Amino acid sequence: MSKKSYRTAINEALRQEMRRDPAVILMGEDIAGGAGAPGEQDAWGGVLGVTKGLVGEFGRERVLDTPLSESAYIGAAAGAAATGLRPVAELMFVDFVGVCFDQIFNQAAKFRYMFGGNARTPLVIRAMYGAGFRAASQHSQCLYPLFTHIPGLKVVLPSSAYEAKGLLIQSIRDDDPVIFLENKVQYDEEEDVPDEAYTIPFGEANLTREGRDVTIVAFGRMVKIANEAADRLLKQGISCTVLDPRTVSPLDTGTILDCVQETGRLVIVDEASPRCNMATDVSALVAQEAFGALKAPIRMVCPPHVPVPFAPNLEDLYVPNADRVEAAVRAVMGFKARELA
Amino acid sequence: MQMNRADLLHAYRTMRTIREFEERLHLEFATGEIPGFVHLYAGEEASAVGVCMHLTDRDKIASTHRGHGHCIAKGVEVQGMMSEIYGRKDGVCGGKGGSMHIADLSKGMLGANGIVGGGPPLICGAALTAKTLKTGGVAVAFYGDGASNQGTTLESLNLASIWKLPAIFVCEDNGYAESTASSYSVGGSQAKRAEGFGIPCQEVDGFDFFAVHEAARVAIERARNGGGPSMLHVRLARYFGHFEGDATTYRAPGEVERIRNEQDCLRRFRQQVSDAALLDSGELDVVDREAAEAVELSVRGAKAGAPPTEADLLTDVYVAY
Ligand SMILES: Cc1ncc(C[n+]2csc(CCOP(=O)(O)OP(=O)(O)O)c2C)c(N)n1
Ligand SMILES: [Mg+2]
Repeated sequence: MSKKSYRTAINEALRQEMRRDPAVILMGEDIAGGAGAPGEQDAWGGVLGVTKGLVGEFGRERVLDTPLSESAYIGAAAGAAATGLRPVAELMFVDFVGVCFDQIFNQAAKFRYMFGGNARTPLVIRAMYGAGFRAASQHSQCLYPLFTHIPGLKVVLPSSAYEAKGLLIQSIRDDDPVIFLENKVQYDEEEDVPDEAYTIPFGEANLTREGRDVTIVAFGRMVKIANEAADRLLKQGISCTVLDPRTVSPLDTGTILDCVQETGRLVIVDEASPRCNMATDVSALVAQEAFGALKAPIRMVCPPHVPVPFAPNLEDLYVPNADRVEAAVRAVMGFKARELA
Repeated sequence: MQMNRADLLHAYRTMRTIREFEERLHLEFATGEIPGFVHLYAGEEASAVGVCMHLTDRDKIASTHRGHGHCIAKGVEVQGMMSEIYGRKDGVCGGKGGSMHIADLSKGMLGANGIVGGGPPLICGAALTAKTLKTGGVAVAFYGDGASNQGTTLESLNLASIWKLPAIFVCEDNGYAESTASSYSVGGSQAKRAEGFGIPCQEVDGFDFFAVHEAARVAIERARNGGGPSMLHVRLARYFGHFEGDATTYRAPGEVERIRNEQDCLRRFRQQVSDAALLDSGELDVVDREAAEAVELSVRGAKAGAPPTEADLLTDVYVAY
């Protein structure tokens, strides 16, 4: 066990799984870098250096730099997965899914069901998501609700370095197509991460803290922000449960409902665009299954329904922060039934 | 090559302005004041200017993530661009787009693009508009060697061909897509690809403004006269990293210095016009100074500019709410 960054945790998971299983291969744009170039090979290791060093150990046969052709290589990864390899394909920014979505949602996601249960597609697609990088409208989206909408895909949102390693190893060993989303502003965040390989099962939420008053369900990077708010609220005498679902497909509905039953109040923090996102999904679940337990209306803390702006001051207003979570928790605590009228 | 003095001066001024703009951004980015991703066009100026000299505001272009040069060549105001890159309210996109999304539709500039291969299909559409409405305009897609491998680009070549669109595909081949060499990533050749779709392709020396200018003239005339699409395969080089912050270790030691010293398009232009006694170095020096001053002013303006207001976050998603 030692302190490792989110980036290192992911790199280590890939390395350990590649050592364990020769069927695991990587592909993506510049995941090694320097292909065909006169200078350094492994020059990039991905845009933000996550796969650095892997080509040195495993060679270009297993760490494949691709041309700028997402439809072709994401589709090739799906085809390879269906025929005996375990590809981990990197899409770089999740926003680029626009050019290759068919291969993911009509092909990979559907094989098993359409073919009557006869297919197995152990594919992992890694991509970066999220705002806060000053990367503007086409490089900052979350988009995980799009994938969650598609039956046949599993969708993973690691909220920290420890989570990232265990969930990625699980993703690689899983026999279904998995969308593994890395928050680009978290790569340098460090915490204790075991040196050996370990898995974190899908569909089991992590209770990052337990409290009496309010349940906060938060996704990906928002888990940290929710905990920051919960720390402050505790000093004001309000105690929160903060739940990290870890995977949004499958979703641990049981734990969410149990927590709401206990606290009677729910705040959901989701960085994805507010229409048809995880916050609305969880709200619907709770409204349907735990209505009687609610002491206040559910509150959702989400960005506004606009593209991610470039200007830093606007982007900072866009992304949910601890202040907004704190305000939402105080609002549900202060709620009086007569306000409903 | 029939260019009058005014055109020659304009060409040089535009190329020099792009160079100044990019060299300055390289320095300013290093101070940490500029947010986000910035991809510089320095080294490639002859391509944007050689092509756009033939265009007016009714003609459309689509650009790439490396878009500053195309913008300046298409007449977008330098101050508006610089302010945009600094995230200011008075930037051409109100600070909402930044370097990767600079656009000025009034100038026929349909936008830099954060999605590689995003431009060519849009240009088919712009060419379709020109053809349908008989505007006499043409549409130009600038795209890189990397983008040439994108399905959207290849599909667009076919669409432009079968619809005989007034479109010009300018493949700016700087030898790299991020750190990946085009010798690795491009199967076949750009010219044979074009040929496969029934589109003529000219191989162009992108370090030579006059070569680009002449090749573009042929392609654009053909498109304007209803002859359909063409491709220009322009070989050139970028001087800086893929984006600012890229250490460029994948390039050979001295690779960029050699190109800068031996092939630089601005230096070559100066040589060509003075050899032919078309312009003298004194007047070119004046242009150099003026371009530097214009960029300096724009940086000062951008630094002094105000960011967008809170209310701006929620506007412009729709025309009508
Ligand atoms: C669809 C998509 N895939 C990948 C990227 C990431 N990316 C940005 S620029 C670039 C390389 C582009 O190379 P090229 O087309 O040759 O243009 P150049 O940068 O050399 O001007 C890549 C891979 C992207 N922005 N969009
Ligand atoms: Mg290139």
